[in-house]
Amino acid sequence: HKMLNLLFIVLLMGKQSSFLIQFPFVVILRGDVLTVTSWLAPIVWEGTFDSAVIDGIYKPLNVTIATTVFAVGKYITYLKDFLESAEKHYMVGYNINYYIFTDQPENIPAVTLAAGRSLWSLRVPAFNRWQEISLQRMSFIRKAIEEQIRKEASFIFCLDVDMRFDNHWGAEALGNLVAVIHPWFYQASRDSFPYERRPESLAYVHADEGDFYYGGAVFGGLIDEVYKLTGTCEEHLVIDKGKDIEAVWQEESHLNWYFIYNKPTKLLSMEYLWSDEKVKITELKVVRLSTIKKNLAAVRPN
Amino acid sequence: MKLQLMPPGRGDVLTVTSWLAPIVWEGTFDSAVIDGIYKPLNVTIATTVFAVGKYITYLKDFLESAEKHYMVGYNINYYIFTDQPENIPAVTLAAGRSLWSLRVPAFNRWQEISLQRMSFIRKAIEEQIRKEASFIFCLDVDMRFDNHWGAEALGNLVAVIHPWFYQASRDSFPYERRPESLAYVHADEGDFYYGGAVFGGLIDEVYKLTGTCEEHLVIDKGKDIEAVWQEESHLNWYFIYNKPTKLLSMEYLWSDEKVKITELKVVRLSTIKKNLAAVRPN
Repeated sequence: HKMLNLLFIVLLMGKQSSFLIQFPFVVILRGDVLTVTSWLAPIVWEGTFDSAVIDGIYKPLNVTIATTVFAVGKYITYLKDFLESAEKHYMVGYNINYYIFTDQPENIPAVTLAAGRSLWSLRVPAFNRWQEISLQRMSFIRKAIEEQIRKEASFIFCLDVDMRFDNHWGAEALGNLVAVIHPWFYQASRDSFPYERRPESLAYVHADEGDFYYGGAVFGGLIDEVYKLTGTCEEHLVIDKGKDIEAVWQEESHLNWYFIYNKPTKLLSMEYLWSDEKVKITELKVVRLSTIKKNLAAVRPN
Repeated sequence: MKLQLMPPGRGDVLTVTSWLAPIVWEGTFDSAVIDGIYKPLNVTIATTVFAVGKYITYLKDFLESAEKHYMVGYNINYYIFTDQPENIPAVTLAAGRSLWSLRVPAFNRWQEISLQRMSFIRKAIEEQIRKEASFIFCLDVDMRFDNHWGAEALGNLVAVIHPWFYQASRDSFPYERRPESLAYVHADEGDFYYGGAVFGGLIDEVYKLTGTCEEHLVIDKGKDIEAVWQEESHLNWYFIYNKPTKLLSMEYLWSDEKVKITELKVVRLSTIKKNLAAVRPN
């Protein structure tokens, strides 16, 4: 630990006198990326946190982290790799309850879970359109929090299933309300974010609004916060449906609207949601979670 | 040089701690965004200050400069702990801001005042402040606000980096080093050295902080040991085991006696250079 910190200091010697890095215990200064938002929410990158310190805060609290994932139709084929890689890298050492929303509970793969980790299956209908699944997720999560999850966990993360953990994805991600920066839009300016731009939709965002474009594949936080988020998005999705309008990126559009008016208290960098289809960039020191390159025709019902 | 993705607001200083608490510097936050979050909540921010003995002479400048720069536009309740309520200066307060005086005894030793502050604050939270405010900041009085010191400072548990020790390494921080004291910190422990002149957060959090420090101070007193920097020593112990959720850079607590450094773009609050013999009872 000490040797590593000394190494960091040596690496930083080349920089101009930047104080607050002379402490031998300070993790490397990431002077190359934004590490805090304009409302002072931290943005989590490799080098900004010390896992031992983070675990020192959270482990004594003995928290249980609910983790929801939808494995409907052919998407259930992703579940085995998702769970096996999660067991290797996701919140290792913490109590995890996986909640698998699926139309085929009998096809849930047998995966050995570490101590303190359990798996629940919750039945949902099979849909004809993949967009329907995406639109209904908020509703299913909100109901599950109400009926079960709130009694069993203090934090919750809602993840897509077609993903694979490749590296540590840990308790540094915990926070009141947590969003991830979408791997395809970190360089875009707000007027080119793929927000819903039709004023008829409740997910509408004006060209002058917005901070970051967040990925719908990962969001989380305290149970109460995510309950509010999913409840609001569900309401908006229902109202939009009544007006026969479907936001351009379904729930992700509504999620992004929500995060403008309820700013996340912590952002995860693209390390926490990358894509197998993207070439790695210098600033990305670690890829922790990646969406899997897939043949969409093979897995989507429509 | 390639296009920088997500360029930092401040690439020259540490803007987040190893436990991911933000460190507040000029250039890291946008006041309009911060106000957009906090103003709608219509919060009241309690602000305690001790003006005992000759220290009451600092109160006028403290309050007048606070009215110019401190949490402007927010509801503030000043709680002045003093042995001379009749000598509290008349200062015009902006709308939504009020002042309360709470009587404390005059002490023979300035260290006593410093040691008792945690106890007085804890009691006042219990008896009055918790019903009247949602956030609280506990400030020293011998200070002057020079620039914006605003809602970007609000958080669950907020500490400020001591202006004299930001460059020191942890083994040379002036922690209490005698194991007999409850404020004892081992040479291998510690993150930053925090200033006792500014701390704050949610009422409940500061209530816990002041209660714990008060207990430890009482136990130490019973063993006839006084920590090297009184309550500041106990505060620093507390913050190792209850890590602040937000740190304020030295912009938020500087000293008139210090030469400004490049990284300090703004000095927001400064302790006043003073003739200690003239203001201290001992």
